[in-house]
Formats: sequence, structure tokens, C-alpha cells
Amino acid sequence: MVRGNFQRLKNNSVELLSVVSALIIWQVTAVYIVQNKFFLPSFTDVAAAFIITVSRQGVFPFLSMNLELPVLLVDTLYSLMHFFIGLIAALAIGIPVGMLMGWFKSVERVFDPLIEIIRPIPPLAWIPFAIIWIGLNPFGAGFVIFIGALFPIIINTFTGFKSVPRIYVEAAKVLGCNTDRELMRRVAIPSALPSIAAGVRIAMGVGWMCLVAAEMFGVSRNGLGFKIWHNYYLHHMDFVLVYMLFLGFLGLLIDRLLRSYLEDKFFKWRTGVVM
Amino acid sequence: MGRVSIRGVSRKFVKDDIVRTLALDNVSLDIGDKEFVCFIGPSGCGKTTLLRIVSGLDYPDDGEVFVDNERIKGPGPTRGMVFQEYSLFPWKTVIDNVIFGPQMRGVQKKDAIEEAQKYLELVGLEQFRDSYPHELSGGMKQRVAIARALANEPEVLLMDEPFGALDAQTRNSLQHELLDIWQKKNITILFVTHSVDEAVFLADKIVIMTARPGKIKEILKVDIPRLRDRTSMEVNQLRNRVLKLLAEEQKK
Repeated sequence: MVRGNFQRLKNNSVELLSVVSALIIWQVTAVYIVQNKFFLPSFTDVAAAFIITVSRQGVFPFLSMNLELPVLLVDTLYSLMHFFIGLIAALAIGIPVGMLMGWFKSVERVFDPLIEIIRPIPPLAWIPFAIIWIGLNPFGAGFVIFIGALFPIIINTFTGFKSVPRIYVEAAKVLGCNTDRELMRRVAIPSALPSIAAGVRIAMGVGWMCLVAAEMFGVSRNGLGFKIWHNYYLHHMDFVLVYMLFLGFLGLLIDRLLRSYLEDKFFKWRTGVVM
Repeated sequence: MGRVSIRGVSRKFVKDDIVRTLALDNVSLDIGDKEFVCFIGPSGCGKTTLLRIVSGLDYPDDGEVFVDNERIKGPGPTRGMVFQEYSLFPWKTVIDNVIFGPQMRGVQKKDAIEEAQKYLELVGLEQFRDSYPHELSGGMKQRVAIARALANEPEVLLMDEPFGALDAQTRNSLQHELLDIWQKKNITILFVTHSVDEAVFLADKIVIMTARPGKIKEILKVDIPRLRDRTSMEVNQLRNRVLKLLAEEQKK
């Protein structure tokens, strides 16, 4: 057991060394060169701030209960809530729209110009309307994420459906699969799934970025993004860095989880999964 | 029963309201039950188009096709098809590919799998039932494609250069296997090929087509008993005749 762990450590020694050196350089620069906690908090300052965010209790309202949880966890739950409200809405609308556009030429012609006009508007430009239409609540923040996540999902689903190889459709027709509904269900969706999944992955990345901005610009009074701005006002730059790093790690974790889930579940049939 | 009757079929391909190519020009042909017919001709002569019309994937501009006196209006279970390109669904395992047709007809999955096993045995791939297509060689993929087409129990099997992408040895052994299957299953086979050797080895009847527009140039009945020796005198004479007829078309 110990030996196995040691072996793993040895195999990843270069990567480990790289991270450790970066931390040391950061610490030395902050303490001996910059010597200004506001300008550049050191690694140990950030670690201390992290411990405070984990040990201090906050309140998360859940099903009319007020859960007492560490502050960082409360912020994470708020952010994840905003994130998934936006993402689920984007999936629920983006996938069907992309599918119909890819399968029916007439639907493509109706939606394509609208999408091309709306898509280049940066999602963050929607923030004023998110606040006016929906208000300062989780759904307001979710709306901004929805806008950010929607277009990658539509475009990738559409592309996936457009590029279903004709031979599969014909093979299915000859085998008795003849209606549009059955062909979409049994041929187009499985064939387009890798492309759809890639779209969801891109959408999650874009959504994650919109999340921080949406929370920062005051669509929400909670969440990881809001806390970055909040701590900046308080001149707590060590806390700002804690939240920045945590956002990074959480984004990485979500992406990794999605990837391993997809590879296990859907893509056994692909030779080299390029994702 | 699997009688195919092609009556006055024409097909033109139109682009921007202008007829660009006349692929088939008034083709008529009767194919008897359990016959093995090979179509051969210069490339672009419309032999694939003719096969697609029989399958129901394409439509004639003029004329009609009947299978057992029933007019063809679209794809249907009486006709199975094996394509030149690899057409197995890559997201399904071998066995799930084979039961696709029966499942579309509403057969219970359990019964369909039981039936499908037999077809996999017929093509000698029962131990690969849970593999995915990308794990199979080209020849194995086409064997599964044949099993998948047969699992729907068609009267007529349409084959569009099914061995075109395979190497010569695999091709020879698949030709043997196909003859075996044809004799066991008692079905009609329409087989498009560009290989004279293949046509001479397999067919009861060789249909030679003209260069565009595609018409039937000549129909040769082959009476050489099977299994034919690829290098025997009579086979070579027949091959010679087919090659000469094709050469006339190439010159045009």
C-alpha cells in the first residue's frame, strides 16, 4: 500500500515538483519582494484565509430549513444552484432546437438567422435585462448562465445532427425504421451524441465564466463570484484569491466528472475518444 | 417467394431544373425466385441506382418495380440490403446491430437475440456478439451486415458491391460463404459488382449494362455447376465474353 503510493509519487515527480516550485516562488515573491499583503497575498495568507472560510459558519436556506454550513460551502451551493438552473434550462431548450434544426431544413431556415443575430451578443450584456425581467434571485443569475450555455449546445447538437452519416440513415430505413421520430431516436441521436456531449462541455465552461460575472454584477447577493467582489470591497485580497482558486478547482472538477461519466457511459464504441 | 419484376424503369438526376444525367433508361427485367443475379457495367452506368430503386431508397421517374406482384413504394422488410460502405451502427454491439430490424418489427428483445444468434452462427461470428464494430476487421463487418440484413427474413437480398472494399483473399472466402448462405436460406440475391471474376463465380445470370444512360446490354445465363473452379476452361471462356462486352462499353 505505502509502496504503491510511493511509486505513484515517483511517477508523477515532475508534475509535483512543478507545482511545489510554483508555490515556493509565489511565497518568496510575496513575502520578500512585494512585501504588501494587499498587492499580493502570500500562499500562507491564502491558506489561512481558506481555513477561515471553511471554519466560519454561514446559513443556507433549504426547504424552509436554515442549514448551518461552512461559509465556503454555502457560497458553493449558491453558485452551483445558479449554474445548474442555467445549464438545465439551456439543455432543455438547446438540445430540442438543435435537433429539429439539424433534421428539418425548414426549421433550420426559421431559426438560423435569429440565432446568428442573437449569438454574438456577449451573455454578460444580458445582465440588465436579467435583473429587470427576473429580478435579484437565483433565476436571474441562472438566466445569464442560460444565455451563455445555450448557443454552444444548439450549435453542437445542430452540427451533430447535420453530420449523421447518410449510410446509417439508409441502413436503418432498409431495416424498417422509417418515421422521422424513430430515425431521430434510433439513429441521429446516438450518432450525434459525441458532438452533443462536446457542446455540453463547452457550454459548461462558458456557463462557469458567466456565473462569476453574473454574481459579481449584483444579480445575486450570494455565491462564489459575489464573494470575490464583496471581499475586494473589504480589501481582503487573500480571500479574493481563495475564491478565485476555488472557482478554478471546482470548474476543473465538474469538467472531469462529466468527462469520465460520458466516457464510461456512452463512448465505449468509439476507438479513440477525442474530447 | 422473391420474384422481382422491373418494368420500364427510368431515372434522371435533375439539378437546377435541368436534367443533368439520365442514369437509367427504360430498364425492364424479370428475376425469378431464388435466383442469384449479378449486375455489372462501366462505373456510373446506374447499377447502384437500380438496386436502390428496388430497395425503395430511391424512386424511378418512370416505370415500376414489383416484388411478388406488390408494387414498391418505399423501403420494406421484403428486401434486405448490404451496402458497399460499412453501415453497421458503431454505437451498437454486433448483436444489437443484428436485432435492430426484428426490434423495429416489434419482436421482443429476448426472442430477437435468440434468432440473431443463429444468423451470427451462419456467418461464423457468434463469439463476437458483444464486440463493437470498430473492433472488427472489414470482412467481419460485412459478415455482420449480411447477418443483420438476413435477420429481417427478407425475400430478396440486395447487395451493392458488398465486398468492394475488401482484400482479394477475404473477398474470395466471403464469396464462398455467401453461396453457402444463399443455398441454405433460399432467397433471391441481386448483386452489384464491378468485378468480372466475382460475377462469373457467383451468378446464375449476369446482367451487363451499357454506359450512361444505363440500359441492359445483354443478359448471360450461367450454367456452370457450383462450386465453380475460378481457373477452369468454361469459367475463363465466360469471363472472356463478359470482358469483351464490357470493353465495347468502355470504348464509347
